[in-house]
Amino acid sequence: MTDTTEKHEDWSRPPATEVGVIGWLRKNLFSSWFNSILSLIAIYLIITTIPGIIEWALINSVWGDKSPEVCREAKGACWAFIYEKHRFILFGVYPYEEHWRPLVAMIIFLTLIFGSCIKPLWKLGWWLAALWAGGLVMVGILMWGGIFGLEYVNQSQWGGLPLTLFLATFGTVFAFPLGIFLALGRRSRMPAIRSLSVAYIELIRGVPLISILFMASVMFPLFLPAGVSIDKLLRAQVGIILFGAAYGAEIIRAGLQAIPRGQYEAADAMGLSYWQSMRKIILPQALRITIPPMVNGFIGGFKDTSLVVIIGLFDLLMTSRVAFQDINWRPFYVEGYLFCAAIYFCFCFFMSRYSQWLEKDLAKDQNH
Amino acid sequence: MTIDTGESEALQPAKAVFYNDPKVRAVFWQIVAVVGVIAMFWFLIHNTITNLDRQNIASGFSFMDLEAGFAIGEGMVTYTPANTYWRAILVGLLNTIKVAVIGIVFATIIGSVVGVMRLSPNWLVARLATVYIESLRNVPLLLQLFFWYALIVGILPRAKEAYGPFLGVYLSNRGFNIPLPDTWGYMGLLAGFLIALVAVMWLRRRNKKIHDETGEIKNTLGPGMLIFAVVMMVGWLAGGAPTTLDSPEFKGFSFTGGGEVTSEFLALWLGLTLYTAAFIAEIVRSGIEAVSKGQWEAARSLGLKRGQILRFIVLPQALRVIIPPTTSQYLNLTKNSSLAVAIGYPDIVGVTNTTINQSGQAIEGIAIIMAVYLTLSLSISLFMNWYNTKLALVER
Amino acid sequence: MANAQEAAAPNLGPAVELRHMHKWYGEFHVLKDINLTVRHGERVVVCGPSGSGKSTMIRCINRLEEHQRGHLFVDGLELTNDLKQIEAIRKEVGMVFQHFNLFPHMTVLENLILGPTWVRKIPRKEAIETAMMYLERVKIPEQAHKFPGQLSGGQQQRVAIARSLCMKPKIMLFDEPTSALDPEMIKEVLDVMIELAEEGMTMVCVTHEMGFARTVGDTMVFMDEGEIVEMEAPEEFFSNPKNERTQLFLSQILSH
Ligand SMILES: Nc1ncnc2c1ncn2[C@@H]1O[C@H](COP(=O)(O)OP(=O)(O)OP(=O)(O)O)[C@@H](O)[C@H]1O
Ligand SMILES: [Mg+2]
Repeated sequence: MTDTTEKHEDWSRPPATEVGVIGWLRKNLFSSWFNSILSLIAIYLIITTIPGIIEWALINSVWGDKSPEVCREAKGACWAFIYEKHRFILFGVYPYEEHWRPLVAMIIFLTLIFGSCIKPLWKLGWWLAALWAGGLVMVGILMWGGIFGLEYVNQSQWGGLPLTLFLATFGTVFAFPLGIFLALGRRSRMPAIRSLSVAYIELIRGVPLISILFMASVMFPLFLPAGVSIDKLLRAQVGIILFGAAYGAEIIRAGLQAIPRGQYEAADAMGLSYWQSMRKIILPQALRITIPPMVNGFIGGFKDTSLVVIIGLFDLLMTSRVAFQDINWRPFYVEGYLFCAAIYFCFCFFMSRYSQWLEKDLAKDQNH
Repeated sequence: MTIDTGESEALQPAKAVFYNDPKVRAVFWQIVAVVGVIAMFWFLIHNTITNLDRQNIASGFSFMDLEAGFAIGEGMVTYTPANTYWRAILVGLLNTIKVAVIGIVFATIIGSVVGVMRLSPNWLVARLATVYIESLRNVPLLLQLFFWYALIVGILPRAKEAYGPFLGVYLSNRGFNIPLPDTWGYMGLLAGFLIALVAVMWLRRRNKKIHDETGEIKNTLGPGMLIFAVVMMVGWLAGGAPTTLDSPEFKGFSFTGGGEVTSEFLALWLGLTLYTAAFIAEIVRSGIEAVSKGQWEAARSLGLKRGQILRFIVLPQALRVIIPPTTSQYLNLTKNSSLAVAIGYPDIVGVTNTTINQSGQAIEGIAIIMAVYLTLSLSISLFMNWYNTKLALVER
Repeated sequence: MANAQEAAAPNLGPAVELRHMHKWYGEFHVLKDINLTVRHGERVVVCGPSGSGKSTMIRCINRLEEHQRGHLFVDGLELTNDLKQIEAIRKEVGMVFQHFNLFPHMTVLENLILGPTWVRKIPRKEAIETAMMYLERVKIPEQAHKFPGQLSGGQQQRVAIARSLCMKPKIMLFDEPTSALDPEMIKEVLDVMIELAEEGMTMVCVTHEMGFARTVGDTMVFMDEGEIVEMEAPEEFFSNPKNERTQLFLSQILSH
């Protein structure tokens, strides 16, 4: 037979081309001629770009406390720019000596956000909400000051990352309950309430956030009675909340729709009133499955806060831009944008991975 | 609040107190909601009118007939500062539509390619696609727009020292200057293209008929390309075989002749396309993954070829999953094109914004922006709904 | 039936032959030195505990899985990396899956004529006639214009069998065709399979339906841990299993 020649090989092991490094390469990079060509193209792309980037970012770059002149002479990235300006980029024009206050505020924000990602802590329920309320009050005290011997800082001086976190967090915290009411309204059996909810949701979702922000910045003042005025930051915040609520409502509606009819009927059969059945039976289940899309919504909201640049607020993106408006550091906009992008990326990437993990984890719980 | 229950009342035993009747309550709450909303609007409108009166601003759209008085960087219809605000808004609207349409086309292409790459059995290719998707998705679009714009303006030379020409194209920090056809003779080429398109569609139908009747499988691709080549050639000859182009040339301070793709447009288009493509890629990936392995195996064990499996089994099923979320990505792209205002591309928001600043007519301006986007959003979702039902019908 | 005799005519050698076949998933040795010959018209029933490699073995026969050592011949053709050869063999081998794998976006009839028109290149009208004939044989002609999702599990599996038969295969592979079905539907599928066996179709069935194995099986194959432990005619296999592992398995399965 043909296989006599192969007889003396060790047949208890897979062929060498199937396992180990060779097997891996063959399976993952060179499984067919088409794949081999793709691999070669990809490898070519990588070896032509990556070394250049590494050289620019690491080898030829300028680090630490150096002057712009040193940077101009160097061929690589000017991280000295970030070193020089990082306080401004992170905190904007907040009084320099008081920077510890936005820093602590930021840490409180991040602790609240990341802490809420830990599932066992959800059991705390209302306590967690109370913790949030307490945390947010502390953030307010720190940022504004004016009591406990803290110097008062007007919100027009806020800026940088704390401002971005402030807009995103407050946006979500207030948009959420509003979204619940809108979602319930949209599924209500009362035609007037349903139409009002639908009209609101679709109107907001049909227009870009920027138009809402314009409205907040130029039209809100007209809406108010004479003599009353609200500050620009607050107006933008209201705009973001109103915008987020419409999107939140749609996410929650999807969650409500996923609850089997039997649950609604069972709640009715128990003689619970509408609000009782919503609070005790339907919402707890619906909100649980909407957590992953909600986290995604939060990521979107976090990125969207950058639009306040257009109405002139000093969020993280704006401070990064202003940092290289400084004549000395003009040429180093790439470093500025990369630094800013890296901060956004870390946050959003972590959150999106978390939401993916959570989705799988919650699905697992369902099956038990 | 007397609800008409008619004669049946007599037949009903113990009736609930009227304020506990769910029907009565429903009516009550609805009236409360409607009255509340009306009151709020009345309050806002009343304040607005008082405020406007105080500031001596006349409301209404009559100002739109006045001379705009500002220049617009680019547009698809002729416009000078002497034109009315209406005309200015039209230029902005067309610019929005232009960038949205071109962006959607390219985002779809790039997104599909990256989505398929993400699923490639080739480890490197899949990794590259993941890096692309994750790095673009997790950074704000506005930042990306600023970055692309700064890069184009910062890296490319001034118009005087423009790179090029590459095939007649000059690259400078003002954008790309491209050659354009200069005679109507080129219409022959276009006509040829259209005729060839019809011919190929006819060929496809004929081949399908032949396949139904005899089982024979005829290739459409090869003959189709031949038809395009030949018919377009004939069209070109019929148009007088034009060979000249209207090429851009640097004279004095700027380019004359040819067409211009401004750096603002380029940055906006690039940013919107790459950003949206990352989202579309994820949609395409999950759409293809939604078709189970069993479908592939069943089709393979029938002896179908890879291309046939994709065409008959995988794509029709994947598209059903892909189309609805892709529609909302198209809507997002259209709405996101409003970020143009940040880099100075004269889209509808940019132009309206200038109009508001010049005329002080904020309410009218914002009403225009909202009306435009609502209309655009609505048209895209209507179109996609129509397409979706059509797709569903073909399969049923 | 006519097509079975026709199928047997050109090739007088074995329908399927596995010779010293090995397969690994990475380092995991799934199939160890498999030797099996299936004659034309023979009905082979494969059984064995879960994870023993039964599915993997029959999926190798139409190249849904690749073997790494040894030789595999189908109807005289050796299975290699050659795509043309693989396509030629898949045309002759029908497969029925545990989970039916019908195409949900096509009607039953469209499911049935897809292969014949695009692989066998038969005119559509003729393909429809054949399809209707097979639908009659699996006793659901009235369901031709429904979508798979509208049918019961048993009906779906019968459609899947008809879909394979429409390709006029010489060999049919079944991978636990009844194990995803409710008990009352198992019989309707088994009846179709028994009828098919009586017509002389060459069949390789992975199944735990021992009644079916006794009625139509020519050869019983028992696999465990990637090896063929025992290969015997059914009477001998059930009454007098030689290997300990077979005995244990049979005692477990028959006690149910
Ligand atoms: N794609 C794969 N990658 C790695 N291991 C696999 C793969 N497919 C199957 N296996 C492993 O190969 C072994 C044999 O699997 P196979 O599906 O052939 O078993 P089986 O006898 O059909 O079992 P069952 O009765 O449960 O269907 C199992 O241990 C399984 O875990
Ligand atoms: Mg199996």
